[in-house]
Amino acid sequence: MDAAMGLMRRIPPKHTETALSALLSLMPHHSSDLLSQVDQPLQVMCDVDCGKEFILCEYNRDADSYRSPWSNKYHPPLEDGSLPSLELRNLEIEANDIFAIYRDQYYEGGISSVYVWEDDNDGFVACFLIKKDGSKTGQGRRGYLEEGAWDAIHVIEVGPEDENTNYRLTSTVMLTLTTDNESSGTFSLSGSIRRQMNMRLSVADGHLSNMGRMIEEMESKLRNSLDQVYFGKTREMVCTLRPPSEVVQLRMPES
Amino acid sequence: MADEEEESELSDKQKVEIAKWFLLNSPPGEIQYVAKDVKSILNDDVLFDEAASEAFPVYNKSHLICLALPNRSGDVLVTSFSELEGNAFLDPRTTQVATVDHVKQVCTGVRPAADEELPSPYIEEYRCSLDAEILKYVEEAYPKGVCSVYCANGKDVEGPGADFELAVVISAARHSPQNFCNGSWCSIWNVEFKDEQQTVEIKGKIQVGAHYFEEGNVQLDAKHECKDATLFQASDDCAVAISGIIRHHETEYMASLEASYLSLPDSTFKDLRRKLPVTRTLFPWHNTLQFSLTREVSKELGIK
Repeated sequence: MDAAMGLMRRIPPKHTETALSALLSLMPHHSSDLLSQVDQPLQVMCDVDCGKEFILCEYNRDADSYRSPWSNKYHPPLEDGSLPSLELRNLEIEANDIFAIYRDQYYEGGISSVYVWEDDNDGFVACFLIKKDGSKTGQGRRGYLEEGAWDAIHVIEVGPEDENTNYRLTSTVMLTLTTDNESSGTFSLSGSIRRQMNMRLSVADGHLSNMGRMIEEMESKLRNSLDQVYFGKTREMVCTLRPPSEVVQLRMPES
Repeated sequence: MADEEEESELSDKQKVEIAKWFLLNSPPGEIQYVAKDVKSILNDDVLFDEAASEAFPVYNKSHLICLALPNRSGDVLVTSFSELEGNAFLDPRTTQVATVDHVKQVCTGVRPAADEELPSPYIEEYRCSLDAEILKYVEEAYPKGVCSVYCANGKDVEGPGADFELAVVISAARHSPQNFCNGSWCSIWNVEFKDEQQTVEIKGKIQVGAHYFEEGNVQLDAKHECKDATLFQASDDCAVAISGIIRHHETEYMASLEASYLSLPDSTFKDLRRKLPVTRTLFPWHNTLQFSLTREVSKELGIK
């Protein structure tokens, strides 16, 4: 398993799906570990009842079917597929509505789904998913990207309700972006990072508002570190390989 | 369970193919780490050795890896242009042939090149002049660059009257696993000397890769191709003209890479996710109660 996770840290993130299926076929006895530890690009299905798309993940899966957050029905249909309690289902409905507005404001498109389910220790778990195709053939409004995919997975474990409740958020963002033009050729960056955040918050504002704020803060952090730190580091590397001409010219008089 | 049994019947050939895929997709300078993991997952040395013996030579040549010669007389670049029979690679500058152990990525031996392995004096004149100019350029532009010029076609042409082709190879790699970062720059320039047209046609392919992996995995993969041409002249003049063209295109490309990076935060990245919402203020989570109240009210009024 360590070796498998080691490989996933090195293989280009845009090949995650191929790498994961290769590992699954090489080590079938580790399949559940692999599926739970390796994040892979999100898949989408269409809810036949309302025609809206929803995102698939381990948390809305039962056997080979996936539950839609819109109609609460399994696709393909599944008899006695597990459903959240009425209380949590109401929270889920509200979360999906509000998260869709949040998603639209930050992503200008994309798909989102929220799933909520009971936890073993009197709390609950919520999973917020966002998928955005930012390519110019997808929903990239500015048309800069030949290819552009952003997948975000936020899982929040919410502790038993108390004066202050514990929220434990684990977030993963996977993205690829490729620009292609005559003068600069293809330029492609792909990446995947995962972070955690713990907070104790008063439930006075409501769970949804607490979880939403945490996700918003986390997403901004992740976007910022991808942009500034991770992309920045690859840029630094390129510049040490072949310093840009200005630097060379500056250096010349000294030598 | 049935699935598992089916899948565990992966044929040896399929296992080798999967192992090769992982090896060939290793980031710059990381194939040895990948090999270690692949070996432990395969848990079968015979299959691993088979995969490694097929994948390493391809990886080494496509990444233009540079190996030190055992007699300390310099380095040899592993490229398809310098490849001779039996894992041997020619270093035209020192007219030596190095034997390479692909999987260990080391030179195991070196011998002087035989006459028939080297180009004719006529070709050598063009090759050698260009090598000198490229060497000057690479020393200036790359802090740790390695370069070589090979004859890719027509090495036995004795004098004017026939076409020939040289290949300029530039490779710069930087491995700093302690800083969680590796990268490589590879450029290959095919230079065709057309005798009849008295022109020299130049085609370049540049490939740049970088991997940053501190608490994450982010990779750059950039490729560029370009073309240019100049006049077929005496060897010295050709060398200056060709290296000038290469310098020009590589400098331009470097500038366009910088430009791509600079446009990331505010334009390119925005098509994935904005820094701030369209409203330019943080999302009003405190009002979400209102959102849902509005919804309730709308529902009751049947507005939807």
